[in-house]
Amino acid sequence: MTTKLEDILKAGSLEEILGTALPYPKEIELKGKITKDVVKELSKIKNEPEWMLRHRLKSLELFEKLPMPRWIVGIEELDLENLVLYSKPEVGEVRGWDDLPESIRRIYERLSIPEIEKKFLSGLTAVFDSESVYSNLKREFEEKGIIMLPMEEAVRKYPDLVKKYFGKIFPAGEHKFSALHHALWSGGVFVYVPKNVKITFPIEAFFVIGSAMEGQFEHTLLVADENSYIHFIEGCSAPMYKGFSFHDGMVEIYAHKNAIVKFTTIQNWSRNVINFNNKRAIVEENAYVEWIEGSIGSKITYTYPSSVLKGEGARTTQYVVSLSNGPYLKDTGAKTFHLAPNTSSKIVSKSISANGGINIYRGLVRVIKGAKNSTSTVSCDSLILDEKSKAYTYPHNQSDEPSANLIHEATTGKLSQDKLFYLSSRGIREEEAKSLIVLGFISEILEGLPFEYVEVLKRVIELEFSEVGGVG
Amino acid sequence: MYMLIIENLKVKVEDKDILKRVNLKVGDGELHVIMGPNGSGKSTLALTIAGHPKYNIVEGRMIFEGEDITSLKPEERAKRGIFISFQHPVEIEGVKILLFLQRVLKNLKGIDEVKAYELIFGAIKELGIDESMLQRQLNVGFSGGERKKLEMLQAYLVKPKLLILDEPDSGVDVDSLKVIAGIINRLHKKGTSILLITHYGRILEYLKPQVVHVIKEGKLVASGGIELVNLIEERGFSALEEVVS
Repeated sequence: MTTKLEDILKAGSLEEILGTALPYPKEIELKGKITKDVVKELSKIKNEPEWMLRHRLKSLELFEKLPMPRWIVGIEELDLENLVLYSKPEVGEVRGWDDLPESIRRIYERLSIPEIEKKFLSGLTAVFDSESVYSNLKREFEEKGIIMLPMEEAVRKYPDLVKKYFGKIFPAGEHKFSALHHALWSGGVFVYVPKNVKITFPIEAFFVIGSAMEGQFEHTLLVADENSYIHFIEGCSAPMYKGFSFHDGMVEIYAHKNAIVKFTTIQNWSRNVINFNNKRAIVEENAYVEWIEGSIGSKITYTYPSSVLKGEGARTTQYVVSLSNGPYLKDTGAKTFHLAPNTSSKIVSKSISANGGINIYRGLVRVIKGAKNSTSTVSCDSLILDEKSKAYTYPHNQSDEPSANLIHEATTGKLSQDKLFYLSSRGIREEEAKSLIVLGFISEILEGLPFEYVEVLKRVIELEFSEVGGVG
Repeated sequence: MYMLIIENLKVKVEDKDILKRVNLKVGDGELHVIMGPNGSGKSTLALTIAGHPKYNIVEGRMIFEGEDITSLKPEERAKRGIFISFQHPVEIEGVKILLFLQRVLKNLKGIDEVKAYELIFGAIKELGIDESMLQRQLNVGFSGGERKKLEMLQAYLVKPKLLILDEPDSGVDVDSLKVIAGIINRLHKKGTSILLITHYGRILEYLKPQVVHVIKEGKLVASGGIELVNLIEERGFSALEEVVS
């Protein structure tokens, strides 16, 4: 029985739809201290080539050596050694929803993922716990030479192609959690778009964490060859658990000359997930990468999509929307590195803090000497809905190129009584007025999204401020 | 039958007494004008009737169509048929006017989106308002005249039982003033009771009020016909002291 999108949205929140955890049989579970043996075991289960095992072991070594980042809060709540590091649901990967066991299929159906795929996606990969359980690319795109495969399968089938990019865009040694990710990565998707191929409809990946005390380390690698186009959307969700779950995912993007890549994330993890994201794109000559990072759920989120503008004329736009409604923290931002002349970047951050929520914007724009005539515009807007909530902004601009032009603007707005009264005098109740104001505040970003996603996002935000949803 | 009865209304803002025992009765379909100098409590009266939480009612009550509305929420008053046109309508970023108007009609009148769409375009045409306004964001970057016209468009669409106009003529050029007065007259003819607050009396050249009240220092000090307007225009608000005494 498929739930309608409508019912799902009415249900209150994504957590509520997913409800409490459904038990499902697990085939293999790796637990305990992160040792070489654990990593070897993981690699063996995955039947990986030798080079990947070496990559994992090297990353583990780095993880042990690297210090805990000083700016991190909340991680102490997480006992890394007691997390389930790898959890493989008892199912092989399938190409049709009907082939999935009912216990897992039901979770996706509650989110109406099969329905959305049918309607408007070019392809879809679903990751459950640590493994991809569903992967499907519409035939017309397969025929054009597009590759979309679960990461593990890509490692085996296209070793040369994967090896060329994997861990080269976001190296393991960057910080402690990127090292941990590279040691333990599992699941995720590999996408390759050949030269001159343009994928008309978005491709989506959907990630679900199925159990408490679990770590998810999915790795997504997206390579857009010259003059290609792709829009990739990832959605994240998890049902409610008593314990914490840890998400330490990674996205690596390589946009070759003249390619256009749009990467959209809509994250609505349940409120006990500690979400750590590592996202980076390398942008070649005249290519364009657009990040949309929408953080709604999770207890704590750290995410800073980064663009490395490597080729002349490379461009990027980074939209960051963060909602902290309740006792949650979003530490988000964007990073851009201008390494070549005539590169341009635009960062738009919009944060909304309500009911004691905290938002932190942390951004970096770095222009190296020689990146002549590069331009960067950063705008950070914070909307604070009540006295209990907070927003902080830590932008950092560093330019060694005199001809570069960097602009930074920041505004902080409070919800005024007069705005609320204006709307209430038009029959709009306070909760409805708040969601209207919030949606208006982020309208610039919503305009860039496919219609269906805007509708879903609108409902999610309306629910956040309704009596039933969010913290209520 | 009275549309609105205000009895002994005392209103404080923070610790300051603004309204001191105001009594007022507006009959069904009547047009009342309230005039008064700056700081006399005109806007306070308008916003108190509409239910602004900043205005604290210390004493007295308000009866709308026989029902005590003194402690009702603003949205409840609006649903019962009270509509306020603001002196300073706020800007709300990112909210498209067309969608906003559809929502207002749904909330206040239970009109579905499609029907609302027809009504909105019909009204725009009828009132001679530029259609491109519908695609703009609510009051964002609007001139004084544009803001007031949008308020009037909303009032015209909602067709309230009681329309409170808080200085619809301030910050408006002559052409806009005529459009605004035209809409007020149309609503009045259709049976809407109107309470119009003004400082200048400029707009009264185009309207025919039944009753004119004068407010000073939080009290209604005089009520009468249109002749009060002429008196004030000729001799200023101070002339009223003589009338009252």
